Amino acid sequence: MKPLIPIALVRIVQLGVKSLLLHKMRSALTMLGIIFGVCSVIAMLAIGEGASHEAQEAIKKLGSSNVIIRSVKRTAENSSSGQGKRSFVAEYGLTYRDAARLQATIPGIRRVLPLRIMRDDVRFSSISHPCQVIGTHPLYPEINGVDLLAGRFLTETDERYQNNICAITLSLAESLFTGQNPLEQEVKIGANYFRVVGIVRERGTEQKRPQSGATEGQTIDANVYIPLSAARNRFGEVIFRRSAGSFEAEKVELHQLTLQFENPESVETAVPLIQRLLERFHERKDYELVVPLELLRQAERTKRIFNVVLGSIAAISLLVGGIGIMNIMLATVTERTREIGIRRALGAKKKDITTQFLVETIVLSVGGGLIGVAVGVITPLLVEQVAGMKTIITWWSVVVAFGISALVGVVFGLYPARRAAHLDPIEALRHT
Amino acid sequence: MKSQPIIQLQGLTKTYDLGEIQVHALRGVNLDIEAGSYVAIMGASGSGKSTLLNILGCLDRPTSGRYWLGGDDVSTLEDDALSIIRGQRLGFIFQSYNLIDQLTVVENIHVPLFYQGRDLEQCWDECVKFAELVGLGDRLDHRPKQLSGGQQQRVAIARSLVNNPLMILADEPTGNLDSQTGREVLEVLDRLNAAGKTIVLVTHGEEVATRAHRVVRMKDGFVDSDVLNRKTISTAATARPVAAAAR
Repeated sequence: MKPLIPIALVRIVQLGVKSLLLHKMRSALTMLGIIFGVCSVIAMLAIGEGASHEAQEAIKKLGSSNVIIRSVKRTAENSSSGQGKRSFVAEYGLTYRDAARLQATIPGIRRVLPLRIMRDDVRFSSISHPCQVIGTHPLYPEINGVDLLAGRFLTETDERYQNNICAITLSLAESLFTGQNPLEQEVKIGANYFRVVGIVRERGTEQKRPQSGATEGQTIDANVYIPLSAARNRFGEVIFRRSAGSFEAEKVELHQLTLQFENPESVETAVPLIQRLLERFHERKDYELVVPLELLRQAERTKRIFNVVLGSIAAISLLVGGIGIMNIMLATVTERTREIGIRRALGAKKKDITTQFLVETIVLSVGGGLIGVAVGVITPLLVEQVAGMKTIITWWSVVVAFGISALVGVVFGLYPARRAAHLDPIEALRHT
Repeated sequence: MKSQPIIQLQGLTKTYDLGEIQVHALRGVNLDIEAGSYVAIMGASGSGKSTLLNILGCLDRPTSGRYWLGGDDVSTLEDDALSIIRGQRLGFIFQSYNLIDQLTVVENIHVPLFYQGRDLEQCWDECVKFAELVGLGDRLDHRPKQLSGGQQQRVAIARSLVNNPLMILADEPTGNLDSQTGREVLEVLDRLNAAGKTIVLVTHGEEVATRAHRVVRMKDGFVDSDVLNRKTISTAATARPVAAAAR
């Protein structure tokens, strides 16, 4: 039975390793180029993949079958309402009627989640903490991705009876109730008392809040959720705000509407309809549409470009590594001219010499490739530890990087090896 | 009984084309060497001695003429075929030993067999046998750098024997050695010849040449003289001069 790998090849590889070990330092330095190349391919792609994965996850959490409409304050028309009558109250944004119209007319809508967001201080005994008061429906946790940690969330009953109850986020609970159980305690928001019934934790909070408009720059993690009906009745429609000595008031019915559709396909047909509908009832564009599905696609496109850029950089470093190998191998051929002559005299064919040097180059590049893979797998883990960035090592980046390193060995080894083989044996023997 | 010579050269010429000028290194050499003979080739530099050695060693091809080695015409063979001939029929001993530095003694001896596709494990015993023959049985794992010049040359001799060649070509084998170790190496060659090996030795040294049975002197690309060595001929019955130089 013939062995799987020809014994001759094993010997040639052994010989190659032996020759390379003769100059350990030089071989190691030569491999360094390939090591860095392979390592950077894997590490860069892992970091890129991780970054885009995080962005995509965040977008996915918004829901690919969701459309989010946010109220936006037009800065140019700060203090006058649309009707032209002068007023201190800025009136803008989505209304309860918008919500009803959308729900009634847009096909494919499953649920509509309205949101009222106010800034206020929440107080418990002597501690006061700035927070977001969010008036919403019991659907909120389901659509926005909120984990219930203790107690319960708002219910339909709370909504119907405008109950003064609230759920608060964990970080708020920690700063308000040091060492106490927050459940069944009463907190004061504005002039009203709300009973804490649940503690929750939001996932991926940053992406959910409006990036512009009235609620900008707020503490994100300190949220108080109260029934929408309670928010409407206890706080009214007009929100007062004191900033830098001046006095601001805005009338906003709803800050955000999340439309949940049956499936991602109906989102695409619905988006133009939503825009037409809103344009009709809003003279100014005091709202913005966020379509996570489009964001997701955009993120994927960005990721592709990102990968190409990173891939090219890494490919260049592999190329440089390859040139380094070729350079060293050419030097080696010159240095070992006499050995080549001896081998030729003792019966080696040109092919044997080619093989010998090619195998040596491949041992260098594949060895560098293997070390590079090891370092390349460790690097993203370190980056994750040190910089706190998420990284994902894809199997194909490892395969591609290693494959390219082996290929580099063949491509850049061929020329020196052929040059070695075509040396005149007489000249080679005479070489000192 | 007339034994067939293992080497027959007929009208061998070699011309190096250097563009403007043509250098005629060999101008028609006729030479027969019989099995078991011990021939010294001598001559001043530029006499064509080295060129003749290269052609005899199948490292180079003649411009014209014929070269039969062991009954086969090798004067027109391709590069790969010449490699095989070198590996199977010739053993080389060089002035500067020409061992491969990164290989051990036994591995160096194995090189010619390696290129015949024989693994060291298969022919370990053979390689060790030749190492012992030259007195280096206890140095199998040494590298050339760890050996003295004489020892290195003995490794080279062992290597030249391992493929059981038709002829051993020795190019100034004592040139890099002091006279004492040089003599020892030459004694090894004497013993090999006594055991029936054909040896062709290229040298400048008259003293070295006296050990041969036959001395061929080259001059200007011709064989200038081809004489039997009376002193040594008696010990080797097989050696006979066959052809003379044609002028």
